Amino acid sequence: MDLRGARGAPQVTLGLNPGTSCWLDKECLMAVTSKTEERESKLFPWTGRLEQVPWWALIILLLGALIVYFIIISPSYQHAFLFLVAGVKLTIGVSLISFGIALVFGLVLGMGRVSKNVVFYTLSSLYIELVRGIPILVLLIYFAWVVTPLFLQFLNWLGTALANVAVGPLVGLAENMATLGMQDVDMVVRAIAGLAFAYAAFEAEVFRAGIQSIQSGQMEAARSLGMSYFQGMRYIILPQAIRRVLPPLGNDFIGLLKDSSLISVLAVRELTHLGKLNRARTFETFETWNTVAFLYLILTLSLSVFVKFIERRMAYEE
Amino acid sequence: MKNRGVEPLPTDDDIIVIEHLYKSFGRVEAVVDASLRVKMGEVCFIFGPSGGGKSTLLRCINGLEKPDSGTLIVDGIHVTDAKTNIDLVRAEVGMVFQLFNLFPHLSALGNITIAQQKVRKRSKGEAERVALELLERVGMPEKASVYPNELSGGQKQRVAMARALAMNPKIMLFDEPTSALDPEMIKEVLDVMLNLAKEGMTMVVVSHEMGFARAAADRMVFLEEGRIIEEAITEKLFESPKEERTKLFLSHIL
Repeated sequence: MDLRGARGAPQVTLGLNPGTSCWLDKECLMAVTSKTEERESKLFPWTGRLEQVPWWALIILLLGALIVYFIIISPSYQHAFLFLVAGVKLTIGVSLISFGIALVFGLVLGMGRVSKNVVFYTLSSLYIELVRGIPILVLLIYFAWVVTPLFLQFLNWLGTALANVAVGPLVGLAENMATLGMQDVDMVVRAIAGLAFAYAAFEAEVFRAGIQSIQSGQMEAARSLGMSYFQGMRYIILPQAIRRVLPPLGNDFIGLLKDSSLISVLAVRELTHLGKLNRARTFETFETWNTVAFLYLILTLSLSVFVKFIERRMAYEE
Repeated sequence: MKNRGVEPLPTDDDIIVIEHLYKSFGRVEAVVDASLRVKMGEVCFIFGPSGGGKSTLLRCINGLEKPDSGTLIVDGIHVTDAKTNIDLVRAEVGMVFQLFNLFPHLSALGNITIAQQKVRKRSKGEAERVALELLERVGMPEKASVYPNELSGGQKQRVAMARALAMNPKIMLFDEPTSALDPEMIKEVLDVMLNLAKEGMTMVVVSHEMGFARAAADRMVFLEEGRIIEEAITEKLFESPKEERTKLFLSHIL
């Protein structure tokens, strides 16, 4: 440090132009500072560049490579991997379908949140506040064991009522509805419903924020051109709002993918559940959960790269 | 100004009839007992100090603000009647905003075609033909495919005017159309407005551009603290304003 200080001092004086008030000048000061930095990095040529390396990414890559290496050389890892891959497919499938439903339902709820229609606004707010306040795990169990039976009872009642008045091909449908039982509704379906309805509340708030971030002049311009409120929403507000909320939507999709591990409590054979089964089958705790974590990370990290890509593209366009 | 006496019945010539209009925001009275008539083809220029209710009065005309009481008839349609479908009025009344309010996700062409297609139900081809014609008229035919963020303020405002004109409105409302512009861009916007006035468009203009008023306005309305203080033919108002406050205001800005 002493050495650098001593060698640095004359250079700093050289950088200042005596006779002017240059040392008060911000640009001049910055020039001096950058010169100092440049000199420092010359003394230790790698310091500057080493700081710029994304170490966290390298460490993750290294850990990933390590797991891949284990999967290749160790039979226990290999078995765990092959056993778990089927779960990855179900995890992806469940996440995609749930998120799709959550987006559509969330958009409707989000529009309710900004609506001047009291009924629409109240219903949306009620749903969002209720669902957001309940842990997703509880919601999933609730949907699987409380909402589904209630819904089935309703369908049975409707089927019975319909059977009395139905004619032609409708008779069959009514009879089917009247005799639907719990065993007819797959756990995967209940899990998807639970995840979708839980996440719809979050997406609703994302959409609301997006809609409210568009300045009121946009709707005024649309209305002053004779568009209805819904035309203004559809053609002017939403195209802008949705673009703005793509990054948070992407984040929520990653969140949902991770939360899909909770449906293992419903014995849906997704990744986490298969992890439990594999551990119970083989007693290889380390191998199993290392592989499960590895597979989740592959999914979530590639998604977050995708989200970053979208963000960058949007920044360019705006 | 209660001393105006009995007001004449509206004639067929009056395309905008405003009678005893009130509008307040909370405790702030934005428009107080405003009565005004605008004839077909007339250019009506509203001026006065900031916060005097000019914009509010203008925004009432196409229903962007809902008056508290009073009567407002635009092109024979009772705007103040709760049963009126306000969209019908708005399609006939074009509006130009201080901050342009162009749609940033659409190109200049898209800005001008969208309402034609969705409200006037014109085909894409016809809407584009109209849009290109209008872009030519506002002097920027080469900018059709350009997005608003790449346009200058003056260009934005000209596209905004083309967007409103594409609906073939019977009335054009201007809400301080040059207030957000750099001085060198004001002329290009005023030129378009002058041409429009010459072509016989009915215009209600809220602005501080007294030069434009002198050149194009038929009638001038001075608004202060929500009240119409004075209303007169342009030359009369410039040469011999009746009210002290009008004189004072004119002496400050001329």
